[in-house]
This record gives sequence, structure tokens and C-alpha cells, in this order.
Amino acid sequence: MSTDFLYLVEVLINGLMAGVMYSLVALGFVLIFKASGIFNYAQGVMALFAALTLAGIMEGQVPFAHIINAILGTNIHHFGWHVPAVLAILMTIVVMVGFAWGVQRFVFRHLVGQEPIILFMATIGLAYFLEGVGDLMWGSDIKTLALGLPQGGSRWLEDMTVGWGGDDFYGFYIDKLDMVATIVAILLVASLIAFSQYTKHGRAMRAVADDHQAALSVGISLNFIWILVWSLAGFVALVAGIMWGAKSGVQFSLSMIALKALPVLMLGGFTSIPGAIVGGLIIGMGEKLFEYTVGSLVGGATENWFAYVLALLFLVFRPQGLFGERIIERV
Amino acid sequence: MNAMADSYVTEDGRTIGGVLMDLREITLRFGGVEAIKNISFDIREGEIRAIIGPNGAGKSSMLNVISGFYKPQEGEVYFRGALRPAMKPYQVARQGIARTFQNIALFEGMTVLDNIMTGRLNYMKAGIIKQAIWKGAAEREEIENRAHVERVIDFLDIQAIRKTPVGRLPYGLKKRVELARALAADPKLLLLDEPMAGMNVEEKEDMSRFILDVNDEFGTTIALIEHDMGVVMDLSDRVVVMDYGRKIGDGTPDEVRGNQEVIDAYLGVAHD
Repeated sequence: MSTDFLYLVEVLINGLMAGVMYSLVALGFVLIFKASGIFNYAQGVMALFAALTLAGIMEGQVPFAHIINAILGTNIHHFGWHVPAVLAILMTIVVMVGFAWGVQRFVFRHLVGQEPIILFMATIGLAYFLEGVGDLMWGSDIKTLALGLPQGGSRWLEDMTVGWGGDDFYGFYIDKLDMVATIVAILLVASLIAFSQYTKHGRAMRAVADDHQAALSVGISLNFIWILVWSLAGFVALVAGIMWGAKSGVQFSLSMIALKALPVLMLGGFTSIPGAIVGGLIIGMGEKLFEYTVGSLVGGATENWFAYVLALLFLVFRPQGLFGERIIERV
Repeated sequence: MNAMADSYVTEDGRTIGGVLMDLREITLRFGGVEAIKNISFDIREGEIRAIIGPNGAGKSSMLNVISGFYKPQEGEVYFRGALRPAMKPYQVARQGIARTFQNIALFEGMTVLDNIMTGRLNYMKAGIIKQAIWKGAAEREEIENRAHVERVIDFLDIQAIRKTPVGRLPYGLKKRVELARALAADPKLLLLDEPMAGMNVEEKEDMSRFILDVNDEFGTTIALIEHDMGVVMDLSDRVVVMDYGRKIGDGTPDEVRGNQEVIDAYLGVAHD
């Protein structure tokens, strides 16, 4: 096998892994959009907030320490204990469910039946509010997530593949964390699909996504389902936050990954879970491949804009995305 | 409460029981418009009760009051002998009141089977954690409820389309699936909002037969709305007639047919 071909394969594999990360974020958008028609701009901030909370709990940080110190004149920062990862993750899930309840109770319950643009504006407000709360609760310094996830390239894979090419091929370099993320994402998506297809609440969730009136008439509480959906989106945000946080540290720029999810949604469609996955993979692979083949000709840094241009092309030629519902206007 | 005896047997041998739902002096306003003006009537266990009237008479509003979609400003609703407090539509549904809609409200993206299974949601008690783990109780429940749904599917003769997404079905079949979903809930009271609207003669006959069969075989109490008088008279035990939000007639089909005010309303005689 030629060296060039093997490098191309490596680029594609790395693209796929990066795409998994995009898919994780896009998934949270799709969940909420399907069930309530709300485009949740705050999804990225939710991932940030979840990661901040997880890191804060694990390090035994005192939430709102800044305000407490300012009011009481104390000087506390940490409880002085470290919470084990599993317990901290469970506690973070509880926090995200509480957040879901709060969002439904104090924001969207009062906005039922409003125009989509109003709901969208509300989520923008929510995003900045949550970012502020995250800052107040846990401080703005960059945190590391010490979850013990493997880091760096996989030596094993490199050694395995080093003999495949010529003398100047050093084996596939694949990040171990990316591999973990891929496995986690596959498990997450499989369990989400199983949940929505085969359980009572999943069926109710699909029913609400389809028709509110009909859902009410068979005894489904819309309020409950919306809290459930926001909780699930919170959980997906936590997973995305962990993966992105482990990769590049928990910092406030994490909330910007939401913007990367937008082109993914354009490709996959806003209402399709498989679409979010495939869309993420295509974008991830596409941008790495484009950078590898065309990037050097145009001066590089194509990864910054490639996804958006691809999304624009999709908007022109296939506005509903790859898997989204066809938009048919009956006249 | 009601002048009639507690229960009686109809000519065709069905037993009509005591009062299941009692609506007392219901008034419903939208802004300044009174859609329902001080209406009282009751629905007895096991009967087919029709609400008829010309377009805009307030029939659908009445059905929406019963199913909790509208909240009347005045009046009381008694269900199974107890005063019903203000309730959300889903809470009313959980009390055993199922309904269909005039403009069909189905889950278009789901299969016929899944649509009908949603009618069983309130019989599935396994909590969210148990459901997620999908073991034991949850599995048993799913199987039991599935069996029940299959009986409804057989009954309404829609086996052939079980796995078809509802969005692809023709209008008449959609109506039937909607009826199936309501029936799957084993309702104590079944509300049908214009079950025959937009159907051809053959489909209307089919639907009439299903309504009679449901009532006969399961003993389901049915309240239905129609503006086609002919169909209703053959189907129902008692009829309420509405016009401009008022009740202008109440009784057996024969009694109602002879009522001068009802005849006027349907022939369009000018109001004073």
C-alpha cells in the first residue's frame, strides 16, 4: 500500500472521530427541537455548565464561593475533599435534571404557544444566564477534568500498523480519547434510540413530538415530557462536556462548540437523531479531508469555514437535510 | 338529579345504567362571545348520546369542556358521582375519558400500532428507571398491553395496516385508527367529534357499525357530535340539540324529531 493512501486513511479516521464530537453536541439540539420545536441556543452552554459542575464537584469546590466570601467576609474556596468521578457524575446529572425542571417551570411554561422566534430568543437569554451562573458558581478559571480518561496517541495501534507502508510511514496516529469518545457516543445513541422506541416514556416523547393535542388526549402531560427531554438534553450535554473538556480543558470557549453543531444540523436535519450522527461524521471527515487535500493550496485553516460552506450548499440544494422531514406545502 | 329510573333495558336488549356524567349549567365564553349558554344534560352509563346542531352551535365547544380542553366560566361537571375539580386535558384522559378530534389528531410519523399503543400509556405503571433498564415488570406490562391493542386492531379490522406509518393512510382509515387509539384506553366515556365528517356513504356505514359494535360488545358509553341528523337518529339512544350555544331539545330521537324548535333550527327559521 502506498504511503499517501495510508495517510489519507488516517486523516479520514481522525475526521470520523472529530465528527463524533460534533454529533454529540448536535444530538442535544435534535432532542429538544423534536419534542418542543425549540431551537435551543443554550445547548453549548449547557455542555459547558455540566462540565464546570462536574469539575467543581470533583475538586470539592464550594459553589458560589465568591459571593459567600463577599457577603460574609469569609475566605472559603474548597471543602477540602475530593469526590470520586462516578459519584460526581451522578450529582451532576441531578443538577442537570434540576436545571431542566427550572427551565420548564420558570421559562417555557409561560411561553407555550408563542412564536418559534420568541422561544429562540428565550434560549439565547438562557444561554447567557447559564453562562453567568456557571461563572458565579465555579469561577472562570480553566479547569481540568481528571476523570482518568486515556490521553495521547495509541501506541498499540501505531505499532500494529507501522509495517503497512514504506519507510516513511510511521503507523496510524489515533487519539485514545477520541476512541473512548466514539465508544461512549455509540452507547449513548444506542440507548437513546432504545429508550425512545421501546419504553413508555419514549413512546410518549415521540407522541409529543408529533402532535400536542393528540398527546394530551391520551393522557400525556406535556410538562412532564418537556422536563424529561430537557433532562436528556442535559445528560447529552454532560457527555459532550466531559469529552470536550477532557480534550481541551473546561473553559468558557467550550460554549462555542454549539456553533459547530449548526452545520451538522443543516446536513442531518433538525428532527433526526441518526441525521445528527451522520451529519457530524460527514462534517468531521469532510473538513479533515478538505484540509489535507485542498488546504495547502489555499493557505490552510480551511477547518474554520469548511463546515459552514458545506451547510450553505445543503441549504440551497436540500433544505430539509439528509434525513429531515420533507417540507411539503399543500396548496 | 334525573327523572328517569336508575337503569333500564333498551328495545335491542342493552342495559342503560345510572348517570355517568352530569353537566350542570355550563357557560363558556370566549371574550364577549358566549359559545355555550347555561346548558345542562347528563350522559348515562352504556348509552350512545348524541349532541347535534347546525354549524357553530357550540357542539365542539361542549365536547372540549367534557374532555377538559376548555374550562367553562360557570357550571359544574360531575363524573361518576363526584364533582370534577378544574383539570388539565391529560388529567381528564387519565380519569378514563378518551376522545377523537374533528380534524384527526394522530401521530403521523408513528406506525398504526404505535399510535394505538399510546392509548395504553396510562396502564403502564413501571417508573422511568425501571423503563429505562427494561426488565421484568416493564416487559410484562408491554406484552399485556400489546395483547389488548391487538384485540382492538382485530375488532376494527385494521390488521393489514398495523405497521404502516399513519401519515400514509387515506382519510377514512385515519379516522378508524383514531377510534382505535381512543378505544385502546378502555375508556369509561368515549367522545367522538364528528366521527363521520368528510366520509363517503360506504365509510359512514362502516363507522356507524363500528360505533354500535363498540357500544354493544364493550358496553362503552359514547357521546358523539354530528351535524348530519340522519346518521345520528339511527345510532343514538338520546340526543341533545344545540343552536347558537343554547340547548333547544333533549330526548329520544323520536321526541327530538317532533320538536318544533329543532325543526326550525335545522330549516333555518329566523330567530327573534
